[in-house]
Amino acid sequence: MDLLLSSLDILARWDVALALLVGSVGGVLIGAIPGVGPAVAIAILLPATFSMDPIVGLTVLLGIYGSSMYGGAIPAILINTPGTAVNALTTYDGFPMTTRGEARRALSLAYSASFFGGIFSVICLILFAPVLAKIAPMFGSREIFLAALLGIILVVTAHRGQTLIAAALACLGIFINTIGLEPVKYSKRYTFDQSYLSSGINLIVVVLGLFALSQAFFLLQGEDEKTRITKLKGGLFQGLRELGRHPRVAAVSASFGVVMGMIPGVGEFTAQFMSYTYAQKSSKRPQDFGHGSSEGLIAAETSNNAVPAAAMVPLLALGIPGEALTAMMLSVFYVHNVVPGPQLFQNQMDFVMALYLALLILNVMVLVFLLFATNQLIKVVKIPNRFLGVCVLTLSFVGVYSLRNSATDCVIATVFGVLGFVLKRLSLPVVPIILGMVLGGIMEVKLRAGMARVKTPFDFIDRPIAMILFLVILGVLALHIRRVWLDHKLIKEARWSTKHSSTRFGAHLLRRKNFISTERGKTVRARRSTLSHRSTDKD
Amino acid sequence: MSSEDPSRPIGRRSGQLLFALGFVILSALLLSQITEQTKWAAKTKFFAQPRFWPAVSLAGMVLFGGLHLWRLPRRRYARADGQEARIWLASLEYALWFLAYVWLVPLAGYLPTTLVFMPLMVWRLGYRDRRMLWISAGLGFAIVVLFKSLLHVRIPGGAIYEYLPGAMRNFFILNF
Repeated sequence: MDLLLSSLDILARWDVALALLVGSVGGVLIGAIPGVGPAVAIAILLPATFSMDPIVGLTVLLGIYGSSMYGGAIPAILINTPGTAVNALTTYDGFPMTTRGEARRALSLAYSASFFGGIFSVICLILFAPVLAKIAPMFGSREIFLAALLGIILVVTAHRGQTLIAAALACLGIFINTIGLEPVKYSKRYTFDQSYLSSGINLIVVVLGLFALSQAFFLLQGEDEKTRITKLKGGLFQGLRELGRHPRVAAVSASFGVVMGMIPGVGEFTAQFMSYTYAQKSSKRPQDFGHGSSEGLIAAETSNNAVPAAAMVPLLALGIPGEALTAMMLSVFYVHNVVPGPQLFQNQMDFVMALYLALLILNVMVLVFLLFATNQLIKVVKIPNRFLGVCVLTLSFVGVYSLRNSATDCVIATVFGVLGFVLKRLSLPVVPIILGMVLGGIMEVKLRAGMARVKTPFDFIDRPIAMILFLVILGVLALHIRRVWLDHKLIKEARWSTKHSSTRFGAHLLRRKNFISTERGKTVRARRSTLSHRSTDKD
Repeated sequence: MSSEDPSRPIGRRSGQLLFALGFVILSALLLSQITEQTKWAAKTKFFAQPRFWPAVSLAGMVLFGGLHLWRLPRRRYARADGQEARIWLASLEYALWFLAYVWLVPLAGYLPTTLVFMPLMVWRLGYRDRRMLWISAGLGFAIVVLFKSLLHVRIPGGAIYEYLPGAMRNFFILNF
């Protein structure tokens, strides 16, 4: 109870209240505009939050993170375009509902499901916090190194079909982090004798380049889309009642969101996929999924909104961000000399609890705002894409230049902006670069510290948590190799199935023998024809 | 070189070859410089060597980048690759716009540069509607006021403000 009161005391300030309001309303607006997304907004606002108190700055960023998915559901349901990437699954059932004239029902259901997901995860985490506070101190250098390694492996393996390039880009992130002065021996690494590289490449510069500038270039390069919006009539309160009719789907989806959010590198997409599959399999009307099923919409929206609070767990408890947005938030902690990790849970539990309470209040504020302001809010969907590009480009300047007033930073951000643009064009992932940079730095420090205390490599994993993490890493790798092998087999089978000839091994050998003998026959005949002289006799 | 494999879609096909090739060449070039650009410290453990993490990351870039190149569905240059590369190069125009903006702000001041930059860019994109131009200028003004005047984000005052009279000079340097 004391903890709760001291957490509320941290929040009871006018600047925190303003941050909550700006974060929640701003996040919904940003989410509702297709083509911006929370990553761009957080990247641009990061340097502006450095001058604020940690709790104020983090509340703004958490507000944007937590509420953008609410806003992202609006264009996903009304115009079949997800506002943020994680709202893609919402279009499956949300838009069909709009086409049959149930836009209001779909929106109200999406808001209610998102609200339930958000509140469920925060309550889970508040209850779970004492357990975390006991577990977190068990993580020493070795365990944090292994957890960071697990995070990188999970991020890479999560990119199905693109694992190799995701691994290469994660390595690029680790390499970028090594540029500059090495922190222990003070020797230069890959500076090419350029003074501006001696201090290394700033994470925020890379983040702004890869997320904000690349998005600006992408929007400026594209074309404006014409949108037609359905007018909404009546209230949006019926969704809460309808959500009450599907408590099982909502609870299971929120649980998936909480669990997947806590695992570094997994996040919203896996949570949504699992919840949606569960909802479809357990539904009495599975045929409706993808054609405007209310259960499908609940599964998608509940699970994605349960993730933000849960994603803060690895960041706060271990100092390991599991995704790009929490990686950006890590820099806010560092700027204010607040080191997230086991010590934070032991010494500043009220700060951690205050963040969770802020998320709780935020969800209520967003729901109230959306229930009354949706009709006005949907107009932002009409902003032309290329005009939005100009705005993002102008705002990116604030982010990059205000950091150190350095034109060199702007040039570096522009280079990463062009790289991000190319990656976006090719549908290749950007997140592994950012996580490679953040987790690479953590791994370097923790491996050095961990190895200094061990004599043999086995000593590195002789503690229970280290051993569990090591086994989990092996398990993830084994599962990935198995999946790659199964995919390979499926592709092979698909190729064979399109053939008209028999796929039996004996028949394959026979065809091979015939082919070789035919080829051999051709070679022999060709050789003999060169040996026998052409006849020149005319009679 | 293999022909196209339709069973493994990896997003946009055109340009993949150029990107993968460029990535591997750059990684290999960086790896070849490792002895020049990093040091091997004496009496230091292997894992604490300054060279250890650059070597691991660059080896990973070459290995995984090379494998990605090898596993591409199409490894033969096509005309579409060239067209895609031209789109990449076209984005450099906007990069130059951005860098020009960065260069001008410390000289002409944040507010004047933004008030010119946004409508000019909107004009360049083909919006000739007067309303759009006014909206962009208004938005530029709002951005400057929000970040510089209210949030006091660190953006230096323009050199041009030095020519303003006393109190006005200070006011403009601090707020715009």
